Amino acid sequence: MSLPATATPTYPPGQHPDLPPPPGTAGVIGWLRANLFSSVFNTALTLVSVWLIYEFVTAAIDWFVLEAVWEAGSRVDCREQGDGACWAVIAIRLDQFVYGFYPADQRWRPVLTFVLLFPALAPVLFDRTPYRSQLLWFSLAYPAVGAWLIYGGLGLPVVDTDAYGGFLLTMILGVTGIVASLPLGILLALGRQSRLLAIRVLCVTFIEVVRGVPLITLLFIASTMLNYFLPPGTNFDLLIRVLIMVTLFAAAYLAEAVRGGLQALSRGQYEAADSLGLSYWKTTWLITLPQALKIAIPGMVNVFIGLYKDSTLVVIIGLLDPLGVARAVLADAKWNGLSNETYLFIALFFFLSCFAMSRYSLWLEGRLSVGDR
Amino acid sequence: MATIEDTERIRSAADTSRVMVEIRAMHKWFGAFHVLKNIDLRVTAGERIVICGPSGSGKSTLIRCINRLEVHQQGTIEVDGIELTRDVKNIEQIRSEVGMVFQHFNLFPHLTVLENCTLGPMWVRKMPKGEAEEIAQRYLERVQIPEQADKYPGQLSGGQQQRVAIARSLCMQPKIMLFDEPTSALDPEMIKEVLDTMLELAETGMTMLVVTHEMGFARRAADRVIFMDGGEIIEKNAPEPFFNDPRNERTKLFLSQILSH
Repeated sequence: MSLPATATPTYPPGQHPDLPPPPGTAGVIGWLRANLFSSVFNTALTLVSVWLIYEFVTAAIDWFVLEAVWEAGSRVDCREQGDGACWAVIAIRLDQFVYGFYPADQRWRPVLTFVLLFPALAPVLFDRTPYRSQLLWFSLAYPAVGAWLIYGGLGLPVVDTDAYGGFLLTMILGVTGIVASLPLGILLALGRQSRLLAIRVLCVTFIEVVRGVPLITLLFIASTMLNYFLPPGTNFDLLIRVLIMVTLFAAAYLAEAVRGGLQALSRGQYEAADSLGLSYWKTTWLITLPQALKIAIPGMVNVFIGLYKDSTLVVIIGLLDPLGVARAVLADAKWNGLSNETYLFIALFFFLSCFAMSRYSLWLEGRLSVGDR
Repeated sequence: MATIEDTERIRSAADTSRVMVEIRAMHKWFGAFHVLKNIDLRVTAGERIVICGPSGSGKSTLIRCINRLEVHQQGTIEVDGIELTRDVKNIEQIRSEVGMVFQHFNLFPHLTVLENCTLGPMWVRKMPKGEAEEIAQRYLERVQIPEQADKYPGQLSGGQQQRVAIARSLCMQPKIMLFDEPTSALDPEMIKEVLDTMLELAETGMTMLVVTHEMGFARRAADRVIFMDGGEIIEKNAPEPFFNDPRNERTKLFLSQILSH
């Protein structure tokens, strides 16, 4: 038997042109063929999967949207109107889910604080923001402005922290925790690698102790025990105490993520910086930290997402976060039994925030990898 | 602050009697291992010294002691009249006057070529950005890659990266340049472009200490060749007698091994 003659012509050495790949091996058709329909069994599997996805998605759309009830006075009322989700429970209690017990006539203040969060974050998160250097001053002032708007004083009526609740409380805990723990975590990571024994021991002890204790425990310490250690008569706000604990907790984890980044750098980077005569802090600021933080992005975002979600644990020490509101709503005799709707709504809120963080970190990794091979 | 004219003047022939590096009875240990034994070396301005020897002989460690990337435990090292001690200010002062080129380039991958070059002048010498960029462009032209200024190190070939590393050091307008096996990590076809750059630099009268196995470079550019083995300086001589008439048995053996091809 002889092999069929190939259609490929021969070329003199060094003259072979770049040819297109054989038909059906590249592009959409090639991908489908290779991944979904490569054998009889795979083709069957593909068809069954498509059918399952179709069934699931249509059922979900029915329950979530088409047969859902948006306005009703009670659970019974809901069930009479349709078989889908009873979103009326959310609609009626929406204010509480968002603000907790923040007074209705003052709610423009958290709304304004939230709106201002975007121009404050934009120059920090995106290096191509127009007027970036001017806006960064606003970012710097934002924590004070936000605290003033939400708490009050200086012309605004004071709203006590025990009135904060719902997503407002989650945002306060999440944003403050993330912003405050980042610098602290970086300092801890640097301290852990310090040549000075005292600093190193201090940082290692802090990180290991805080990481070795459940957040719940720290929150209980914040809510009860802390008062025993403070001089009698001092009584500072529970929310502040919780914020401090959440920040310290996240900082310990961040420190380890950043340390991973620092250790990934070759010794040559330090030596090159040294040989130029750069001091320790200049080397850290200009050479090692920018590279280490870039490597540590996935780990850091992991910590941030964890911190954001763990803020729901404050419900245990009596703060009214979204889960606390949910508990109150479900205890209402008119609405009890609607836990699916309530918890799905809260899940959606957390998912959207965390997904945004995750997408941002992916974008940032891409943006910072311009110089990579 | 030193301008280009200043540095040119420092390098002028009148100054060749000036001692740039003075090492006396210097010893170094890595733990219990005695890496450098009783090193005495004097380098005057404009001298080009090539240090060779088998691997593990301590040649890299020796030049790394000169800008205190390694710490010696006994004896003294003076660089341009300043003694290297634990004093951090002294160390930073000396490092800013001593350029170093590494085997693995050690460019800063998150900065462009231009930023790599302007970093030292701006942050150590407190030079305004415009001036630092002007000087960087001039040295990038000198190492023949001005068109790569806005690229990142990862986008360049090994030979180009090493030339950027040389330019980065030169931007600090150093009095001494140290080269630690600058061509050992390069593909063969890129060694020549780096050696050409170094030869050109040698012609300007720069004081250079070069650890290398490139004996062709030693013959053409060196004033003295130093052979090290087992942490000691075994032989130092001008290139002609060093290569043609080595006196020590170990030198002869080493030269026969590396020159036999």
